Amino acid sequence: MAITLTDKAAEHVKGFLDKRGQGVGLRLAVRTTGCSGMAYVIEFADEVAANDEVFEHNDVKVVVDPKSLVYLDGTELDFTKEGLNEGFKFNNPNVKDECGCGESFNI
Amino acid sequence: MALFQIAEPGQAQAPHQRRLAVGIDLGTTNSLVASVLSGSAKVLANEQAETSIPSVVHYQEDGAALVGTAAQAMAVADPYNTIASAKRLMGKGASDLADTLFADRYQFDTDSGSIPAFKTQAGNKTAVDVSTAILQSLKNTAELSLGGELVGAVITVPAYFDDAQRQATKDAATVAGLHVLRLLNEPTAAALAYGLDAKEDACVAIFDLGGGTFDISLLKMQRGLFEVMATAGDTALGGDDFDHALAAFLAKQAGISELSDASQQRNLLNIAREVKEQLSNQSSCDFEIPLADGASFTGSIDREQFNKLIEPLFKRSLKSCRQALRDANIEKTNVDAVVMVGGSTRVPLVRDRVSEFFGKTVLTDINPDEVVAVGAALQADILAGNKPDSELLLLDVIPLSLGLETMGGLAEKVIPRNTTIPIARAQEFTTYKDGQTALALHVVQGERELVSDCRSLARFELRDIPPRVAGAVRIQVIFQVDADGLLTVSAIEKESGVVASVDVKPSYGLSDSEIEQMLTASMEHASDDMHARALQEQKVESDRVIEAITSALRSDGDEHLDGDERAVIDSAISDLQNARDGDSTDVIKSAIAKVEKVSNTYVERRMNATVRKMMAGKQLADVEADGPADTE
Repeated sequence: MAITLTDKAAEHVKGFLDKRGQGVGLRLAVRTTGCSGMAYVIEFADEVAANDEVFEHNDVKVVVDPKSLVYLDGTELDFTKEGLNEGFKFNNPNVKDECGCGESFNI
Repeated sequence: MALFQIAEPGQAQAPHQRRLAVGIDLGTTNSLVASVLSGSAKVLANEQAETSIPSVVHYQEDGAALVGTAAQAMAVADPYNTIASAKRLMGKGASDLADTLFADRYQFDTDSGSIPAFKTQAGNKTAVDVSTAILQSLKNTAELSLGGELVGAVITVPAYFDDAQRQATKDAATVAGLHVLRLLNEPTAAALAYGLDAKEDACVAIFDLGGGTFDISLLKMQRGLFEVMATAGDTALGGDDFDHALAAFLAKQAGISELSDASQQRNLLNIAREVKEQLSNQSSCDFEIPLADGASFTGSIDREQFNKLIEPLFKRSLKSCRQALRDANIEKTNVDAVVMVGGSTRVPLVRDRVSEFFGKTVLTDINPDEVVAVGAALQADILAGNKPDSELLLLDVIPLSLGLETMGGLAEKVIPRNTTIPIARAQEFTTYKDGQTALALHVVQGERELVSDCRSLARFELRDIPPRVAGAVRIQVIFQVDADGLLTVSAIEKESGVVASVDVKPSYGLSDSEIEQMLTASMEHASDDMHARALQEQKVESDRVIEAITSALRSDGDEHLDGDERAVIDSAISDLQNARDGDSTDVIKSAIAKVEKVSNTYVERRMNATVRKMMAGKQLADVEADGPADTE
């Protein structure tokens, strides 16, 4: 069971955390809403719960609750640019299909 | 595949419900758009990788509008179809054109009504149209960068924008398809960008010298709230003026006595701007000016010469600083930090002299061109609901007093300047004449005592007032200013409940001098104004006395007075009438006193007669039906 960050993603998360001035890391989760079943959640993590799993890459902590981890296992989080738009991208091997915009998915 | 931004804990949005909001600094010279991405505010770049675009629009023959750098490139070749600095005309009337540099630089259609319209090959364009084009371009950049539709924008305006100018800005945004979350004062946005709310009880001065406007704001942080203590400024002072002063100097050096056309002037201004920017980094600078005969003139200018040119312009900003300190009732030494905003604060003279004035080194850490947009973006993020708790409450102030015209052309202030908004104030007014059934309300803005010296905002009428004797009617007038600084005035007659109201929409056609002139004028003319008010008040009083006594004489003068007695009163009235038409407060005062004195006996007799009548009515109710009760 693992979740990874690309170097670029780690660098950006670190930058955003520094600017924010607080937070232990990045929280990734999956919520069961959305037009195609499930939706990603990406938030700053201010605390780590007892049963959270923590992954680390280049000193950046990624916090995931065990329920979400089932859907996210093997995911690589990247930071990319598409035209003028830039942001984080989930490369999730569990996804079978996703809605047109990719904001929600099915496994 | 969607790209994600990091949300605050618990604030992640469901798919397709991300609330994208931006902050827009719609400047006179340059405009920027910024947004909060993964918790940090960032200025967004367009497809040409520019984070700031010139606030210039070029209108093409086919009606299309080029915005930004592409438009600016056309400025020299096609000056009349390329509109710059249109912000200065926002909410202004055609009569304001003469006060600006626009009349020389562009062609205007003066027949199209009270709103000045630039004549371009794509038709007539107002300042609002130009701003709309700029906002559309920024919106486009933002939507491409953020990958979705915007829920809204916070747009910054100079603290000194009046209601008409604010409304014009909102209008431009609406046409551009932007939902305005809020209009925010530029200096307040700058304070937000610096995160100065963290410093408890600190008093901060925001010194904002942009391309076209100057604002000084004094803010106080209290329990995490921003309170704007005072604002002052100059809507016609900025880097543009430095450029013009320098261009005139350069032209003189080159021996150019008369500018041949608009493009030559534009060319000179471009050279001046480059020279100015270089002089911020080096102590002297060479320049080259093409001459009409094909030759060119080369010269050199040092920073000291440049400083001398801009010194008189710069001094006007310090004058505003003193005014703001006076309004806030604090000393220079109470100011804990001075924030520099606007590209023109890069000029070394400005930094040095402002540091000197406040006795402390000014803050220049954040890019002075971006700081306002960044602050607006942070505010937009909160207003769009992307923050867990919006603890940040901004208190803004109204820049100029709002009031009503009363008898004699006097301005009665209902909401004094620098009152925090939103605010509602009610005041009672009454009728002036017996049987008066309508009341004209004239809403004015300004600090002067006479309406003729203030800015007219709106006029409306309250009709169907029940006819009563003068002074018996009670009319409540309510002034309401919302969070965006927009004014609604309503009047209600208490007895009948008749209501009339007006939203102060742009009063483009109505204008007096520039706002800052209004402020300085109110200081300079303080004692004149006091005398003018006293005189006007005596005139109104004498009108009231004359009206009251002549109407009494008409009804029963012959009954109570013989010919000689009547003649004395008539002559006193005519003396008062003469005094009233003169301009001595004291003469009017004594003439009023004289009328009151000579009519004393008459008033007494009337009073007695009335009392007798009433007594008679009470004791012998049946007498009334038979005729006047003139006997006991």
